[in-house]
Amino acid sequence: MTELVSLRETEPVTAGARGAPCAMRAVGLNAYFGATQAVRDVALDVPANEVTAIIGPSGCGKSTLLRTFNRMHETVPTARITGQVFFHGQDIYGDDVNPITLRRYVGMVFQRPTPFPTMSIRDNVAAGLRVQSGDKLDRRQVDEIVERALREAALWDEVKDRLKASATGISGGQQQRLCIARALATAPHVLLLDEPTASLDPLSSQKVEELVYELRKTMTVVIVTHNMQQAARVSDRTVFMLSGQLVETAPTRVMFTAPTDPRTEAYITGRFG
Amino acid sequence: MSAGAAGRDRAEIRPRASGLARRRGVSVVMVTLTCIAAAIAVVPLLVILGYLLKQGAGALSLDFFTSMPKPVGEEGGGMANAIVGTLMLLGIASMVGLPVGIGAGLYLAERRGTRLANLVRFLADVLNGLPSIVMGIFAWQFLVRPFGHFSALAGGAAIGAMMIPLVTRTTEEMVRTVPQSLREAALALGYPRWRTSLQIVLRTALGGIVTGVLVAVARVAGETAPLLFTAFGNSFWSTNLGQPIAALPLQIFTYAISPYDDWHELAWAGALVLIALVLVISLVARVVTRARHGGGHD
Repeated sequence: MTELVSLRETEPVTAGARGAPCAMRAVGLNAYFGATQAVRDVALDVPANEVTAIIGPSGCGKSTLLRTFNRMHETVPTARITGQVFFHGQDIYGDDVNPITLRRYVGMVFQRPTPFPTMSIRDNVAAGLRVQSGDKLDRRQVDEIVERALREAALWDEVKDRLKASATGISGGQQQRLCIARALATAPHVLLLDEPTASLDPLSSQKVEELVYELRKTMTVVIVTHNMQQAARVSDRTVFMLSGQLVETAPTRVMFTAPTDPRTEAYITGRFG
Repeated sequence: MSAGAAGRDRAEIRPRASGLARRRGVSVVMVTLTCIAAAIAVVPLLVILGYLLKQGAGALSLDFFTSMPKPVGEEGGGMANAIVGTLMLLGIASMVGLPVGIGAGLYLAERRGTRLANLVRFLADVLNGLPSIVMGIFAWQFLVRPFGHFSALAGGAAIGAMMIPLVTRTTEEMVRTVPQSLREAALALGYPRWRTSLQIVLRTALGGIVTGVLVAVARVAGETAPLLFTAFGNSFWSTNLGQPIAALPLQIFTYAISPYDDWHELAWAGALVLIALVLVISLVARVVTRARHGGGHD
Protein backbone atom coordinates (compact mmCIF):
# COMPACT_ATOMS: atom_id res chain seq x y z
CA MET A 1 0.00 0.00 0.00
CA THR A 2 1.28 3.43 -0.88
CA GLU A 3 1.63 5.50 2.26
CA LEU A 4 0.32 9.01 2.02
CA VAL A 5 2.92 9.82 4.67
CA SER A 6 5.44 10.09 1.88
CA LEU A 7 3.39 12.86 0.32
CA ARG A 8 4.81 15.37 2.75
CA GLU A 9 8.07 15.31 0.79
CA THR A 10 6.50 14.93 -2.64
CA GLU A 11 7.02 17.84 -4.98
CA PRO A 12 3.74 19.36 -6.08
CA VAL A 13 2.73 18.21 -9.53
CA THR A 14 0.18 20.89 -10.26
CA ALA A 15 0.25 24.61 -9.88
CA GLY A 16 -2.50 26.96 -8.80
CA ALA A 17 -3.56 30.08 -10.62
CA ARG A 18 -1.03 32.28 -8.84
CA GLY A 19 1.78 29.84 -9.28
CA ALA A 20 1.36 28.48 -5.76
CA PRO A 21 1.59 24.72 -5.39
CA CYS A 22 -1.73 22.95 -5.36
CA ALA A 23 -2.77 21.23 -2.13
CA MET A 24 -6.06 19.78 -3.31
CA ARG A 25 -7.38 19.44 -6.81
CA ALA A 26 -10.73 18.12 -8.01
CA VAL A 27 -11.17 16.94 -11.58
CA GLY A 28 -14.53 16.05 -13.16
CA LEU A 29 -15.93 15.47 -9.69
CA ASN A 30 -19.53 14.31 -9.22
CA ALA A 31 -20.99 13.38 -5.85
CA TYR A 32 -24.29 11.61 -5.23
CA PHE A 33 -26.59 10.66 -2.40
CA GLY A 34 -28.44 7.68 -3.85
CA ALA A 35 -30.02 9.01 -7.02
CA THR A 36 -29.61 12.68 -6.06
CA GLN A 37 -26.59 14.43 -7.47
CA ALA A 38 -25.16 17.01 -5.07
CA VAL A 39 -21.97 17.98 -6.90
CA ARG A 40 -21.85 18.26 -10.69
CA ASP A 41 -18.67 18.02 -12.74
CA VAL A 42 -16.55 20.23 -10.50
CA ALA A 43 -12.98 21.12 -11.40
CA LEU A 44 -11.19 23.04 -8.68
CA ASP A 45 -7.63 23.85 -7.66
CA VAL A 46 -6.98 24.65 -4.02
CA PRO A 47 -3.61 26.44 -3.75
CA ALA A 48 -1.40 25.50 -0.82
CA ASN A 49 -1.03 27.87 2.14
CA GLU A 50 -4.03 29.92 1.15
CA VAL A 51 -7.54 30.16 2.53
CA THR A 52 -10.12 29.13 -0.03
CA ALA A 53 -13.74 29.99 0.76
CA ILE A 54 -16.65 28.14 -0.81
CA ILE A 55 -19.84 30.19 -0.86
CA GLY A 56 -23.29 29.60 -2.29
CA PRO A 57 -26.93 29.25 -1.27
CA SER A 58 -28.17 26.41 0.94
CA GLY A 59 -28.19 23.05 -0.78
CA CYS A 60 -25.75 24.10 -3.51
CA GLY A 61 -23.42 21.21 -2.66
CA LYS A 62 -20.63 23.17 -1.00
CA SER A 63 -20.53 21.00 2.12
CA THR A 64 -20.68 17.86 0.02
CA LEU A 65 -17.79 19.10 -2.11
CA LEU A 66 -15.80 19.74 1.06
CA ARG A 67 -16.59 16.26 2.37
CA THR A 68 -15.23 14.63 -0.78
CA PHE A 69 -11.80 16.14 0.07
CA ASN A 70 -11.28 13.88 3.10
CA ARG A 71 -13.54 11.06 1.95
CA MET A 72 -16.12 11.77 4.65
CA HIS A 73 -18.76 11.84 1.92
CA GLU A 74 -18.54 8.08 1.50
CA THR A 75 -19.30 7.43 5.20
CA VAL A 76 -22.94 8.24 4.47
CA PRO A 77 -24.88 5.17 3.26
CA THR A 78 -25.67 5.27 -0.50
CA ALA A 79 -23.24 8.15 -1.04
CA ARG A 80 -20.74 7.79 -3.90
CA ILE A 81 -18.57 9.88 -6.18
CA THR A 82 -17.16 9.77 -9.68
CA GLY A 83 -14.18 11.73 -10.88
CA GLN A 84 -10.94 12.39 -9.07
CA VAL A 85 -9.60 14.36 -6.14
CA PHE A 86 -5.86 14.84 -5.73
CA PHE A 87 -3.99 15.58 -2.54
CA HIS A 88 -0.55 16.90 -3.43
CA GLY A 89 -0.86 15.22 -6.78
CA GLN A 90 -2.10 11.83 -5.58
CA ASP A 91 -5.55 10.48 -6.29
CA ILE A 92 -7.17 10.11 -2.86
CA TYR A 93 -9.74 7.71 -4.30
CA GLY A 94 -7.00 5.42 -5.62
CA ASP A 95 -7.26 1.74 -4.75
CA ASP A 96 -4.19 1.86 -2.56
CA VAL A 97 -5.23 4.85 -0.46
CA ASN A 98 -6.59 4.24 3.02
CA PRO A 99 -9.12 6.95 3.94
CA ILE A 100 -7.94 6.80 7.57
CA THR A 101 -4.42 7.75 6.50
CA LEU A 102 -5.78 10.50 4.27
CA ARG A 103 -7.83 12.01 7.11
CA ARG A 104 -4.68 12.32 9.18
CA TYR A 105 -3.40 14.81 6.61
CA VAL A 106 -6.69 16.45 5.77
CA GLY A 107 -8.39 17.53 9.00
CA MET A 108 -11.98 18.69 9.37
CA VAL A 109 -14.07 20.82 11.70
CA PHE A 110 -17.84 20.71 11.52
CA GLN A 111 -20.70 23.17 11.75
CA ARG A 112 -21.62 22.25 15.30
CA PRO A 113 -18.96 21.80 17.97
CA THR A 114 -18.36 18.09 18.53
CA PRO A 115 -16.23 17.69 21.65
CA PHE A 116 -16.14 14.10 22.87
CA PRO A 117 -18.32 14.31 26.01
CA THR A 118 -16.55 11.53 27.88
CA MET A 119 -13.15 13.17 27.60
CA SER A 120 -11.48 16.08 29.36
CA ILE A 121 -10.39 19.18 27.47
CA ARG A 122 -6.84 17.87 27.32
CA ASP A 123 -7.87 14.41 26.17
CA ASN A 124 -10.08 15.90 23.47
CA VAL A 125 -7.15 17.77 21.99
CA ALA A 126 -4.99 14.66 22.29
CA ALA A 127 -7.61 12.31 20.85
CA GLY A 128 -6.58 12.38 17.19
CA LEU A 129 -2.95 12.58 18.18
CA ARG A 130 -3.16 9.38 20.20
CA VAL A 131 -4.84 7.43 17.44
CA GLN A 132 -2.53 8.71 14.74
CA SER A 133 0.67 8.08 16.69
CA GLY A 134 -0.49 4.58 17.62
CA ASP A 135 -0.59 5.61 21.32
CA LYS A 136 3.21 5.83 21.30
CA LEU A 137 3.73 9.38 22.54
CA ASP A 138 4.59 9.79 26.20
CA ARG A 139 2.74 12.10 28.55
CA ARG A 140 5.15 15.01 28.28
CA GLN A 141 5.13 15.00 24.48
CA VAL A 142 1.34 14.91 24.44
CA ASP A 143 1.16 17.80 26.93
CA GLU A 144 3.48 19.90 24.78
CA ILE A 145 1.47 19.32 21.62
CA VAL A 146 -1.81 19.92 23.46
CA GLU A 147 -0.54 23.27 24.73
CA ARG A 148 0.76 24.26 21.30
CA ALA A 149 -2.55 23.34 19.62
CA LEU A 150 -4.60 25.17 22.23
CA ARG A 151 -2.40 28.26 21.82
CA GLU A 152 -2.81 28.10 18.05
CA ALA A 153 -6.55 27.88 18.51
CA ALA A 154 -6.42 30.91 20.85
CA LEU A 155 -7.98 28.88 23.63
CA TRP A 156 -5.02 28.20 25.92
CA ASP A 157 -5.48 31.16 28.24
CA GLU A 158 -9.15 30.35 28.75
CA VAL A 159 -8.75 26.66 29.61
CA LYS A 160 -5.19 26.22 30.90
CA ASP A 161 -6.42 25.96 34.50
CA ARG A 162 -9.02 23.33 33.78
CA LEU A 163 -7.49 21.00 31.24
CA LYS A 164 -8.83 18.04 33.18
CA ALA A 165 -12.40 19.37 33.25
CA SER A 166 -15.09 17.95 30.98
CA ALA A 167 -15.06 19.37 27.47
CA THR A 168 -18.82 19.84 27.55
CA GLY A 169 -18.52 22.37 30.38
CA ILE A 170 -17.13 25.20 28.24
CA SER A 171 -19.11 27.57 26.03
CA GLY A 172 -20.11 26.78 22.46
CA GLY A 173 -17.51 29.11 21.01
CA GLN A 174 -14.83 27.59 23.20
CA GLN A 175 -15.98 24.11 22.21
CA GLN A 176 -15.60 24.99 18.54
CA ARG A 177 -12.08 26.35 19.09
CA LEU A 178 -11.39 23.17 21.05
CA CYS A 179 -12.43 21.16 17.99
CA ILE A 180 -10.11 23.28 15.86
CA ALA A 181 -7.30 22.67 18.36
CA ARG A 182 -8.08 18.97 18.19
CA ALA A 183 -7.69 19.07 14.42
CA LEU A 184 -4.51 21.19 14.64
CA ALA A 185 -2.85 18.88 17.17
CA THR A 186 -2.24 16.32 14.45
CA ALA A 187 -0.57 18.91 12.20
CA PRO A 188 -2.74 18.36 9.12
CA HIS A 189 -1.62 19.75 5.74
CA VAL A 190 -5.12 20.79 4.82
CA LEU A 191 -7.87 21.89 7.20
CA LEU A 192 -11.47 21.70 6.01
CA LEU A 193 -13.91 23.95 7.87
CA ASP A 194 -17.61 23.29 7.28
CA GLU A 195 -19.44 26.47 8.34
CA PRO A 196 -17.38 26.61 11.53
CA THR A 197 -19.09 29.73 12.89
CA ALA A 198 -22.67 28.90 11.94
CA SER A 199 -23.66 28.02 15.51
CA LEU A 200 -21.54 30.65 17.26
CA ASP A 201 -22.21 34.13 18.62
CA PRO A 202 -20.53 37.11 16.86
CA LEU A 203 -17.65 37.41 19.31
CA SER A 204 -16.79 33.72 19.10
CA SER A 205 -17.12 33.90 15.31
CA GLN A 206 -14.65 36.73 15.24
CA LYS A 207 -12.14 34.70 17.22
CA VAL A 208 -12.49 31.76 14.87
CA GLU A 209 -12.07 34.07 11.87
CA GLU A 210 -8.88 35.56 13.28
CA LEU A 211 -7.68 32.04 13.84
CA VAL A 212 -8.40 31.03 10.24
CA TYR A 213 -6.52 34.10 9.07
CA GLU A 214 -3.47 32.99 11.06
CA LEU A 215 -3.63 29.36 9.96
CA ARG A 216 -2.69 30.07 6.36
CA LYS A 217 0.89 30.56 7.47
CA THR A 218 1.23 26.88 8.25
CA MET A 219 -1.44 25.09 6.27
CA THR A 220 -4.03 25.12 3.54
CA VAL A 221 -7.55 25.98 4.63
CA VAL A 222 -10.82 25.37 2.80
CA ILE A 223 -13.79 27.01 4.51
CA VAL A 224 -17.43 26.60 3.58
CA THR A 225 -19.49 29.56 4.71
CA HIS A 226 -22.93 31.04 4.39
CA ASN A 227 -21.59 34.37 5.35
CA MET A 228 -20.20 36.37 2.43
CA GLN A 229 -18.60 38.98 4.68
CA GLN A 230 -16.78 36.16 6.37
CA ALA A 231 -15.54 34.83 3.04
CA ALA A 232 -14.41 38.33 2.12
CA ARG A 233 -12.61 38.78 5.44
CA VAL A 234 -10.73 35.52 5.78
CA SER A 235 -10.13 34.07 2.34
CA ASP A 236 -7.57 34.53 -0.42
CA ARG A 237 -9.70 32.84 -3.04
CA THR A 238 -13.43 32.43 -3.26
CA VAL A 239 -15.38 29.72 -5.02
CA PHE A 240 -19.05 30.29 -5.86
CA MET A 241 -21.29 27.26 -6.24
CA LEU A 242 -24.86 26.99 -7.46
CA SER A 243 -27.00 23.85 -7.85
CA GLY A 244 -24.01 21.56 -7.42
CA GLN A 245 -21.97 23.35 -10.08
CA LEU A 246 -18.94 25.50 -9.67
CA VAL A 247 -19.87 28.86 -11.18
CA GLU A 248 -16.81 30.95 -10.59
CA THR A 249 -13.43 30.82 -8.87
CA ALA A 250 -11.40 33.98 -8.36
CA PRO A 251 -9.16 35.77 -5.92
CA THR A 252 -11.48 37.00 -3.20
CA ARG A 253 -10.87 40.69 -3.90
CA VAL A 254 -11.74 40.19 -7.55
CA MET A 255 -14.75 38.06 -6.77
CA PHE A 256 -16.34 40.63 -4.50
CA THR A 257 -15.54 43.68 -6.64
CA ALA A 258 -15.69 42.49 -10.22
CA PRO A 259 -17.33 39.06 -10.59
CA THR A 260 -17.38 37.83 -14.17
CA ASP A 261 -20.46 35.63 -14.03
CA PRO A 262 -23.83 37.42 -13.73
CA ARG A 263 -25.07 34.71 -11.32
CA THR A 264 -22.16 35.40 -8.99
CA GLU A 265 -22.92 39.07 -9.08
CA ALA A 266 -26.59 38.43 -8.37
CA TYR A 267 -25.71 36.28 -5.37
CA ILE A 268 -23.12 38.52 -3.78
CA THR A 269 -25.25 41.60 -4.22
CA GLY A 270 -28.01 39.77 -2.37
CA ARG A 271 -30.50 39.35 -5.18
CA PHE A 272 -31.06 35.72 -4.22
CA GLY A 273 -29.99 33.07 -1.73
CA MET B 1 -66.13 37.65 5.45
CA SER B 2 -69.64 38.84 6.14
CA ALA B 3 -71.02 39.49 9.57
CA GLY B 4 -73.39 36.54 9.17
CA ALA B 5 -70.55 34.13 8.46
CA ALA B 6 -68.56 35.40 11.44
CA GLY B 7 -71.56 34.89 13.68
CA ARG B 8 -71.99 31.35 12.45
CA ASP B 9 -68.29 30.58 13.13
CA ARG B 10 -68.64 31.77 16.69
CA ALA B 11 -71.78 29.72 17.17
CA GLU B 12 -70.02 26.57 15.91
CA ILE B 13 -67.05 26.66 18.26
CA ARG B 14 -69.35 26.91 21.26
CA PRO B 15 -70.81 23.44 21.99
CA ARG B 16 -74.42 23.06 22.91
CA ALA B 17 -75.07 23.04 26.63
CA SER B 18 -76.26 19.42 26.77
CA GLY B 19 -73.21 18.18 24.78
CA LEU B 20 -70.87 19.98 27.10
CA ALA B 21 -72.37 18.39 30.19
CA ARG B 22 -72.12 14.94 28.61
CA ARG B 23 -68.46 15.43 27.65
CA ARG B 24 -67.62 16.63 31.11
CA GLY B 25 -69.32 13.58 32.54
CA VAL B 26 -67.38 11.20 30.27
CA SER B 27 -64.17 12.99 31.15
CA VAL B 28 -64.71 12.59 34.90
CA VAL B 29 -65.54 8.89 34.48
CA MET B 30 -62.48 8.20 32.31
CA VAL B 31 -60.08 10.06 34.60
CA THR B 32 -61.48 8.16 37.58
CA LEU B 33 -61.16 4.78 35.82
CA THR B 34 -57.56 5.35 34.71
CA CYS B 35 -56.70 6.62 38.17
CA ILE B 36 -58.10 3.43 39.73
CA ALA B 37 -56.16 1.33 37.18
CA ALA B 38 -52.96 3.18 38.08
CA ALA B 39 -53.58 2.54 41.76
CA ILE B 40 -54.29 -1.17 41.16
CA ALA B 41 -51.05 -1.45 39.17
CA VAL B 42 -48.93 -0.77 42.25
CA VAL B 43 -51.14 -2.76 44.66
CA PRO B 44 -49.45 -6.15 43.99
CA LEU B 45 -46.00 -4.76 44.82
CA LEU B 46 -47.23 -3.11 48.01
CA VAL B 47 -49.16 -6.19 49.12
CA ILE B 48 -46.22 -8.50 48.39
CA LEU B 49 -43.76 -6.22 50.19
CA GLY B 50 -46.06 -5.84 53.18
CA TYR B 51 -46.78 -9.55 53.44
CA LEU B 52 -43.11 -10.46 53.02
CA LEU B 53 -42.17 -8.07 55.80
CA LYS B 54 -44.85 -9.52 58.06
CA GLN B 55 -43.94 -13.17 57.35
CA GLY B 56 -40.21 -12.95 56.79
CA ALA B 57 -38.93 -10.19 59.00
CA GLY B 58 -39.24 -12.46 62.04
CA ALA B 59 -36.72 -14.95 60.66
CA LEU B 60 -34.43 -12.22 59.41
CA SER B 61 -31.40 -11.74 61.62
CA LEU B 62 -27.68 -11.46 61.24
CA ASP B 63 -27.72 -15.23 61.51
CA PHE B 64 -29.71 -15.49 58.32
CA PHE B 65 -26.87 -13.90 56.35
CA THR B 66 -23.98 -15.63 58.08
CA SER B 67 -25.11 -19.18 58.96
CA MET B 68 -25.65 -22.27 56.94
CA PRO B 69 -29.00 -24.03 56.72
CA LYS B 70 -29.64 -26.30 59.71
CA PRO B 71 -31.24 -29.74 59.63
CA VAL B 72 -34.97 -29.99 60.29
CA GLY B 73 -35.82 -29.58 63.96
CA GLU B 74 -32.79 -27.51 64.88
CA GLU B 75 -33.38 -23.90 65.78
CA GLY B 76 -32.19 -21.01 63.60
CA GLY B 77 -30.01 -21.42 60.55
CA GLY B 78 -29.61 -19.12 57.57
CA MET B 79 -28.99 -18.96 53.88
CA ALA B 80 -25.40 -17.74 53.71
CA ASN B 81 -24.60 -20.33 51.06
CA ALA B 82 -27.58 -19.36 48.92
CA ILE B 83 -26.81 -15.64 49.12
CA VAL B 84 -23.20 -16.21 48.08
CA GLY B 85 -24.39 -18.70 45.47
CA THR B 86 -26.79 -16.23 43.92
CA LEU B 87 -24.08 -13.56 43.78
CA MET B 88 -21.69 -16.02 42.14
CA LEU B 89 -24.32 -17.11 39.63
CA LEU B 90 -24.98 -13.45 38.77
CA GLY B 91 -21.24 -12.98 38.30
CA ILE B 92 -20.99 -15.91 35.91
CA ALA B 93 -24.13 -14.76 34.11
CA SER B 94 -22.64 -11.29 33.65
CA MET B 95 -19.47 -12.76 32.19
CA VAL B 96 -21.60 -14.60 29.65
CA GLY B 97 -24.31 -12.01 29.04
CA LEU B 98 -22.42 -8.71 29.03
CA PRO B 99 -19.76 -9.21 26.35
CA VAL B 100 -22.19 -10.90 23.99
CA GLY B 101 -25.08 -8.53 24.74
CA ILE B 102 -23.04 -5.32 24.52
CA GLY B 103 -21.23 -6.50 21.41
CA ALA B 104 -24.47 -7.51 19.71
CA GLY B 105 -26.18 -4.25 20.70
CA LEU B 106 -23.27 -2.24 19.33
CA TYR B 107 -23.51 -4.14 16.08
CA LEU B 108 -27.27 -3.63 15.81
CA ALA B 109 -26.90 0.11 16.33
CA GLU B 110 -23.80 0.72 14.23
CA ARG B 111 -24.90 -1.49 11.34
CA ARG B 112 -28.57 -0.67 11.50
CA GLY B 113 -30.61 -1.40 8.44
CA THR B 114 -28.47 -4.32 7.30
CA ARG B 115 -30.21 -7.66 6.86
CA LEU B 116 -28.19 -9.37 9.55
CA ALA B 117 -28.93 -6.55 12.02
CA ASN B 118 -32.67 -6.78 11.40
CA LEU B 119 -32.61 -10.56 11.73
CA VAL B 120 -30.58 -10.47 14.95
CA ARG B 121 -32.86 -7.80 16.43
CA PHE B 122 -35.91 -9.94 15.69
CA LEU B 123 -34.30 -13.08 17.12
CA ALA B 124 -33.19 -11.18 20.24
CA ASP B 125 -36.82 -10.19 20.80
CA VAL B 126 -37.89 -13.82 20.38
CA LEU B 127 -35.18 -14.94 22.80
CA ASN B 128 -36.39 -12.32 25.25
CA GLY B 129 -39.84 -13.92 25.21
CA LEU B 130 -38.49 -17.45 25.57
CA PRO B 131 -39.96 -19.18 28.65
CA SER B 132 -37.17 -19.52 31.20
CA ILE B 133 -37.93 -23.21 31.82
CA VAL B 134 -37.04 -23.85 28.18
CA MET B 135 -33.72 -22.12 28.73
CA GLY B 136 -33.18 -24.39 31.76
CA ILE B 137 -33.89 -27.61 29.85
CA PHE B 138 -31.64 -26.44 27.05
CA ALA B 139 -28.78 -25.64 29.42
CA TRP B 140 -29.26 -29.04 31.04
CA GLN B 141 -29.00 -30.79 27.68
CA PHE B 142 -25.81 -29.03 26.64
CA LEU B 143 -24.05 -27.99 29.85
CA VAL B 144 -25.11 -30.56 32.44
CA ARG B 145 -25.74 -33.85 30.65
CA PRO B 146 -22.40 -34.03 28.80
CA PHE B 147 -20.53 -33.51 32.08
CA GLY B 148 -22.68 -35.84 34.09
CA HIS B 149 -23.34 -33.44 36.98
CA PHE B 150 -25.04 -30.16 37.84
CA SER B 151 -22.79 -27.12 38.15
CA ALA B 152 -22.69 -23.45 39.03
CA LEU B 153 -21.22 -22.77 35.59
CA ALA B 154 -24.22 -24.32 33.85
CA GLY B 155 -26.62 -22.30 36.02
CA GLY B 156 -24.72 -19.07 35.45
CA ALA B 157 -24.58 -19.71 31.72
CA ALA B 158 -28.33 -20.38 31.60
CA ILE B 159 -29.31 -17.09 33.25
CA GLY B 160 -26.47 -15.35 31.37
CA ALA B 161 -28.12 -16.41 28.14
CA MET B 162 -31.33 -14.84 29.43
CA MET B 163 -29.47 -11.57 29.99
CA ILE B 164 -28.22 -11.44 26.41
CA PRO B 165 -31.37 -10.13 24.69
CA LEU B 166 -32.02 -7.62 27.49
CA VAL B 167 -28.49 -6.22 27.34
CA THR B 168 -28.49 -6.29 23.54
CA ARG B 169 -31.60 -4.18 23.18
CA THR B 170 -30.62 -1.65 25.87
CA THR B 171 -27.15 -1.27 24.38
CA GLU B 172 -28.66 -0.76 20.93
CA GLU B 173 -31.05 1.91 22.22
CA MET B 174 -28.31 3.74 24.09
CA VAL B 175 -25.79 3.61 21.24
CA ARG B 176 -28.44 4.97 18.88
CA THR B 177 -28.80 8.07 21.04
CA VAL B 178 -25.14 8.99 20.42
CA PRO B 179 -25.22 11.78 17.84
CA GLN B 180 -23.93 10.96 14.37
CA SER B 181 -21.80 14.10 14.54
CA LEU B 182 -19.56 12.48 17.18
CA ARG B 183 -18.90 9.51 14.90
CA GLU B 184 -18.07 11.88 12.06
CA ALA B 185 -15.77 13.91 14.28
CA ALA B 186 -13.86 10.78 15.24
CA LEU B 187 -13.65 9.48 11.68
CA ALA B 188 -12.46 12.88 10.46
CA LEU B 189 -9.65 12.73 13.04
CA GLY B 190 -8.41 9.52 11.49
CA TYR B 191 -10.08 7.10 13.89
CA PRO B 192 -10.61 3.70 12.33
CA ARG B 193 -14.22 2.58 12.45
CA TRP B 194 -13.67 0.04 15.23
CA ARG B 195 -11.98 2.61 17.45
CA THR B 196 -14.76 5.09 16.77
CA SER B 197 -17.31 2.51 17.90
CA LEU B 198 -15.44 1.37 20.99
CA GLN B 199 -13.70 4.51 22.24
CA ILE B 200 -16.11 7.24 21.24
CA VAL B 201 -19.58 5.78 20.70
CA LEU B 202 -19.58 3.05 23.35
CA ARG B 203 -17.93 5.29 25.93
CA THR B 204 -20.46 8.04 25.33
CA ALA B 205 -23.33 5.56 25.73
CA LEU B 206 -21.77 3.80 28.72
CA GLY B 207 -23.92 5.42 31.44
CA GLY B 208 -27.10 4.21 29.80
CA ILE B 209 -25.66 0.79 29.13
CA VAL B 210 -24.67 0.38 32.79
CA THR B 211 -28.25 1.17 33.78
CA GLY B 212 -29.56 -1.41 31.31
CA VAL B 213 -27.10 -4.01 32.54
CA LEU B 214 -28.18 -3.50 36.15
CA VAL B 215 -31.82 -3.85 35.16
CA ALA B 216 -30.98 -7.08 33.35
CA VAL B 217 -29.08 -8.40 36.40
CA ALA B 218 -32.06 -7.55 38.60
CA ARG B 219 -34.36 -9.34 36.18
CA VAL B 220 -32.44 -12.61 36.18
CA ALA B 221 -31.53 -12.53 39.90
CA GLY B 222 -34.87 -14.08 40.77
CA GLU B 223 -34.99 -16.64 37.97
CA THR B 224 -35.70 -20.10 39.36
CA ALA B 225 -36.69 -22.31 36.46
CA PRO B 226 -33.37 -22.14 34.55
CA LEU B 227 -31.51 -23.05 37.73
CA LEU B 228 -33.62 -26.11 38.63
CA PHE B 229 -31.69 -28.49 36.39
CA THR B 230 -28.44 -26.57 36.13
CA ALA B 231 -27.21 -25.06 39.40
CA PHE B 232 -29.57 -27.50 41.15
CA GLY B 233 -29.07 -26.10 44.64
CA ASN B 234 -26.85 -27.26 47.46
CA SER B 235 -27.54 -27.45 51.18
CA PHE B 236 -23.85 -27.18 51.96
CA TRP B 237 -21.26 -24.49 51.54
CA SER B 238 -19.77 -24.63 48.05
CA THR B 239 -18.06 -22.10 45.86
CA ASN B 240 -16.85 -24.71 43.40
CA LEU B 241 -17.90 -23.64 39.93
CA GLY B 242 -17.97 -27.23 38.73
CA GLN B 243 -20.32 -28.41 41.45
CA PRO B 244 -23.97 -27.76 42.24
CA ILE B 245 -24.41 -24.45 44.02
CA ALA B 246 -27.11 -22.99 46.24
CA ALA B 247 -29.16 -20.03 45.05
CA LEU B 248 -31.77 -17.92 46.83
CA PRO B 249 -34.67 -18.71 44.47
CA LEU B 250 -33.91 -22.46 44.66
CA GLN B 251 -33.61 -22.37 48.44
CA ILE B 252 -36.89 -20.50 48.71
CA PHE B 253 -38.50 -23.10 46.47
CA THR B 254 -37.13 -26.02 48.49
CA TYR B 255 -38.14 -24.50 51.84
CA ALA B 256 -41.55 -23.36 50.67
CA ILE B 257 -42.65 -26.81 49.50
CA SER B 258 -41.35 -28.49 52.66
CA PRO B 259 -43.83 -29.44 55.40
CA TYR B 260 -41.98 -27.60 58.22
CA ASP B 261 -43.19 -24.32 59.66
CA ASP B 262 -39.75 -22.94 60.56
CA TRP B 263 -38.56 -23.65 56.98
CA HIS B 264 -41.59 -21.78 55.67
CA GLU B 265 -40.55 -18.82 57.74
CA LEU B 266 -37.03 -19.00 56.33
CA ALA B 267 -38.47 -19.15 52.82
CA TRP B 268 -40.32 -15.91 53.49
CA ALA B 269 -37.17 -14.32 54.80
CA GLY B 270 -35.28 -15.54 51.72
CA ALA B 271 -37.92 -14.01 49.46
CA LEU B 272 -37.60 -10.74 51.36
CA VAL B 273 -33.81 -10.74 50.90
CA LEU B 274 -34.16 -11.55 47.21
CA ILE B 275 -36.61 -8.71 46.65
CA ALA B 276 -34.37 -6.37 48.64
CA LEU B 277 -31.45 -7.36 46.39
CA VAL B 278 -33.46 -6.59 43.27
CA LEU B 279 -34.64 -3.28 44.77
CA VAL B 280 -31.09 -2.25 45.62
CA ILE B 281 -29.86 -3.05 42.13
CA SER B 282 -32.75 -1.07 40.61
CA LEU B 283 -32.02 1.87 42.90
CA VAL B 284 -28.34 1.84 41.93
CA ALA B 285 -29.45 1.80 38.28
CA ARG B 286 -31.61 4.89 38.90
CA VAL B 287 -28.81 6.73 40.65
CA VAL B 288 -26.41 5.93 37.81
CA THR B 289 -28.95 7.18 35.28
CA ARG B 290 -29.50 10.39 37.19
CA ALA B 291 -25.77 11.02 37.62
CA ARG B 292 -25.41 10.61 33.87
CA HIS B 293 -28.15 13.08 33.00
CA GLY B 294 -27.18 15.59 35.65
CA GLY B 295 -23.42 15.46 35.26
CA GLY B 296 -23.10 16.19 31.57
CA HIS B 297 -23.37 19.95 31.46
CA ASP B 298 -21.87 21.55 34.51
